[in-house]
Amino acid sequence: MRKRLSAGDFIFNGVNNLLLVFCALVTLIPFLYVLAVSLSPLEQVMRGGLILWPDKFTWDSYVMILTNSHFTRALWITIAITVVGTLLNLFLTVTMAYPLSKKRLKGRGVILFLVLFTMLFSGGMIPTFLVIKEVGLLNSFWSVIIPAGISAFNLIILKNFFQGIPEALDESARIDGCSNIGSLLRIVLPLSMPALATFTLFYAVGHWNQFFSSIMYVTDSNLWPIQVILRQMIIEGSVEEFQAAIANGNIQTMPTTLKMAAIVVATVPILLVYPFLQKHFAKGVMLGSVKG
Amino acid sequence: MQIEQQVSSKQLKSSAPRRPRLRKSWQDWDLYLMLVPGAIFFILFKYLPMWGIVISFQDFNPFGGIWNSEWVGLQHFRTLLEYDGFWRIFSNSIILSMLNLVFFFPVPIILALMLNEVRKRVFKNFIQSVVYMPHFISWVVVAGITYLMLGTQDGVVNDFIVKFGGEQTNFLTSTDWFRPLIVLQSIWKEAGWGTIIFLAALSGVDPQLYEAAVVDGANRWRQLWHITLPAIRSTILILLILRLGHVLDNGFEQIFLMLSATTYSVGDVFETYVYREGLVGGKFSYTTAIGLFKSVIGLIMVVLANRLAKRFGEEGVY
Repeated sequence: MRKRLSAGDFIFNGVNNLLLVFCALVTLIPFLYVLAVSLSPLEQVMRGGLILWPDKFTWDSYVMILTNSHFTRALWITIAITVVGTLLNLFLTVTMAYPLSKKRLKGRGVILFLVLFTMLFSGGMIPTFLVIKEVGLLNSFWSVIIPAGISAFNLIILKNFFQGIPEALDESARIDGCSNIGSLLRIVLPLSMPALATFTLFYAVGHWNQFFSSIMYVTDSNLWPIQVILRQMIIEGSVEEFQAAIANGNIQTMPTTLKMAAIVVATVPILLVYPFLQKHFAKGVMLGSVKG
Repeated sequence: MQIEQQVSSKQLKSSAPRRPRLRKSWQDWDLYLMLVPGAIFFILFKYLPMWGIVISFQDFNPFGGIWNSEWVGLQHFRTLLEYDGFWRIFSNSIILSMLNLVFFFPVPIILALMLNEVRKRVFKNFIQSVVYMPHFISWVVVAGITYLMLGTQDGVVNDFIVKFGGEQTNFLTSTDWFRPLIVLQSIWKEAGWGTIIFLAALSGVDPQLYEAAVVDGANRWRQLWHITLPAIRSTILILLILRLGHVLDNGFEQIFLMLSATTYSVGDVFETYVYREGLVGGKFSYTTAIGLFKSVIGLIMVVLANRLAKRFGEEGVY
């Protein structure tokens, strides 16, 4: 197969690689810009232009943002939501997917249909809000966690994955006197690690990045996650509320460098998770979702 | 052991059918127990809200609740169909979907085809890792970076425009720029991630096909056209149909973040309207009616789309 490249092939490869490098640059430049500005001295930022490398590295913005109590509180809340929420997601998804992967389960078809139906039709924003209010979750830490307990899509994919594990393994464990729960814990889950890593990543990213549930269900600003604070800082423009909050950091206006530093702080943790799980999810993403 | 077998073989006929029945009835109790938390979740947060849709046929009174609110029949639906604003939301939704279909949809396909042509593994992996990255970033951050880069005060883009003698443009409040910005953001954030499904389909192509094509004298373009594209045709078709099924679902968080009062005329879609008028404005019944309208159309579209997929000989989505 290996032959000397023809001229046509050479040009084809060259142009193709160039275009891909261009795509990668378009993806990376906004990141680099944000990172560079967040580390630059204010004077350099005032001059304007595309900054991809700071004249002089300064950590002032990071110090300021990480000593601001509103910002750090929001960061902790986001971390708490992500950890607790993801654990709950995994528990609920696994415990429901496992029984549904057993063909002998009575009423399995009906339950699967009811789960699937929630992906096609929903009560909508207002009735969901009213239910959450009635249940008494409104304005609590749990309001953004419990109503996001299971993603029907993930549930179905995990169920399909469980079904792909040879029944004989499960069966032999049960003949050896294992209960269903025992076989789930000792046989099925250890075999499902790539899938579980993938779902952990997806759920965690979802919790870390969510902001709209918090806007809808939480009015107490002490419970707001980082994304809501970020939106206030950058997008709501005037940010009077936040200026008052940041007044204890001895600055009157919100310099661009500070906003950029806030973006970096809110983004880096979730990007750090990604390389660790990448080798799993490269396999895991497609599990059960594509047949054949 | 042998003796035992011999003894029991006589009883086997009578006892064999009973055993599995016994197992079904109580040995699987823990399976049913495991279903309980998930079932409660679905009933409480998915099916109870569906029942809550009845308030769209009422004049819902937040203090009285569903049981004490007055029934008004289809009044809210009549109001909604006569209201000009409703058709604006409807057309905004469809226009945004169509723009995404035309401009966003082909990008992951092209990107996947380009990645598939790369011969050097390391280079391919590097590009893949880079273009997947924005998928993991929140819409708040994407919108935030957009605001910071396109703003009029110290946005880089306007700096450059002014430097090259152009006129400062207020991208963020412009009705002309709203829709292109939404599409561009979507491409930046999700196009790379969207290649995964196509690359998976392409990894299943037998390399011998390419070898045979080379022997037959096919150049790279011909290989692309006759081998690579047919390999992902069914994936493209399925995704296209899926998208048609979700024609009224726009990237809601994204639009909510980019929308401002000046751009309502081009960017207001179902959820942003429902949020503003319903949750903030307190018109619970009326906005539930709007939500129901959208959900019903959505359901019909998805079912039709699935039929269509099956007619094309595909497996369908569900």
